[in-house]
Amino acid sequence: MKFTEEHEWLREEEDVIVVGITEHATMQLGDIVFVELPEVGMTVVKDEEIVVIESVKAASDIMAPIDGEIMEVNTALTDNPGLANDDAIGDGWFFKIKPSDPSQMDGLMSEAAYNKMIS
Amino acid sequence: MSELLYTPLHDLNVELGAKIVPFAGYAMPVQYPMGVMQEHIHTREKAGLFDVSHMGQVTIKGDDYASVALALEALIPVDILGLQQGRQRYGFFTNDAGGIMDDLMISNRGDYIFVVLNAACKAADIKHMKSKLNGINVTEVNDRALLALQGPCAQAVLTELNPKAANMRFMDVATLMLGDVECWVSRSGYTGEDGYEISVPAAQAVELARHLLLHADVEAIGLGARDSLRLEAGLCLYGYDIDTDSTPVKAALNWAIQKVRRNGGARAGGFPGAHVVLAEFTNGASIKRVGLKPEGRAPMREGVVLFSSAADKNPIGAITSGSFGPTIGGPIAMGYVPSAQAVEGTIVYGELRGKRLPLTVTTLPFIPANFKR
Repeated sequence: MKFTEEHEWLREEEDVIVVGITEHATMQLGDIVFVELPEVGMTVVKDEEIVVIESVKAASDIMAPIDGEIMEVNTALTDNPGLANDDAIGDGWFFKIKPSDPSQMDGLMSEAAYNKMIS
Repeated sequence: MSELLYTPLHDLNVELGAKIVPFAGYAMPVQYPMGVMQEHIHTREKAGLFDVSHMGQVTIKGDDYASVALALEALIPVDILGLQQGRQRYGFFTNDAGGIMDDLMISNRGDYIFVVLNAACKAADIKHMKSKLNGINVTEVNDRALLALQGPCAQAVLTELNPKAANMRFMDVATLMLGDVECWVSRSGYTGEDGYEISVPAAQAVELARHLLLHADVEAIGLGARDSLRLEAGLCLYGYDIDTDSTPVKAALNWAIQKVRRNGGARAGGFPGAHVVLAEFTNGASIKRVGLKPEGRAPMREGVVLFSSAADKNPIGAITSGSFGPTIGGPIAMGYVPSAQAVEGTIVYGELRGKRLPLTVTTLPFIPANFKR
């Protein structure tokens, strides 16, 4: 898995990358009550705000970690936003993206580097 | 920004794992490890203990109760003289334009008045009272903490410490021994639930809080859940839902001004901005505070601008408090709309992230109050 400074995790799965937010991020956000996901088929560029998360107290944005096309979104999160708290790196994933420039993955953090950043 | 102030319960809050944030100049617990959502639900189902020691506690003393009450009525448009001994009432200070300077709880303690003020306003309120009330002693109580025990189990919990707690009705106040500590207790709160607010000597506050927290039904609850609880209960937060731009009538707080202070009453007017407020009682106000229920799941928070339609260019109002209501299971809000649209069932639109989303005007509270009247 790779990580961003914005507390996203990225996991390679065949020809797509699954993206979610880390457990550390969900702990900081608190109880997540609303998630607005991007449209499937949308072409996004790195750092574009594509997901809105609302916790009980505040709204935050999730940015596209890499350039690519949104292939699938986790519609279960729309009905049950708490999934992101309950299983941040599993069932609480946000979207699957097909990278247009796979080399962008090389610039992301390793798990060790991410853990060091949040410690 | 000057140094933060600490409540007598600060070390206990830290020990309990609270996330501490600055609030009105105090280091306050916004949530405990349970989290805002569960803390909210626990308070509605069992009992929650809140540290609200940041709030201002003030005694107002003069020759006798009546003289203090009449003096205070010159600043506050409610019936204080008619408040019975051992009873508490909600009120607010108004300015010369009828705007609300702060809201407060006022109790008749026999020969004097005890008030509880918002933390952010307390210094200004005390200055205001001291400058306007001649021959009256206004004294901040600095040596007491303030706890709130809220929820359907609150009576059973407090009765274990003193059976007399069960005899109190909503808005009663009494001096009760809780263990061997003399506390000033009121049957009131800011959650829409039954419960008590307990003024306790600072030196014994931790001991009392620990004792209450030992009870299986009691959990420590932070300011985060306090905010969602009061919003579901339709209660105003000063600085958001009411401020100097809102008059009592605009804020839909008419009920707090008893008939004796309105036109035709024995002590009508006689408070700052009375001409504005009493005219609004007669003619209505231009805008009114209402409950708002956003469609869908997206919360709309304070500052969201409201429109009459999905396309109309002119704003009609704004949301003043908005969040997710854990008991409601969806987003809820309060805000101001023109009085003509302040009718249950009216649809208005809020602009959220560039999109206009519908909200329904709703009567308050969102959840029925659970008081022991």
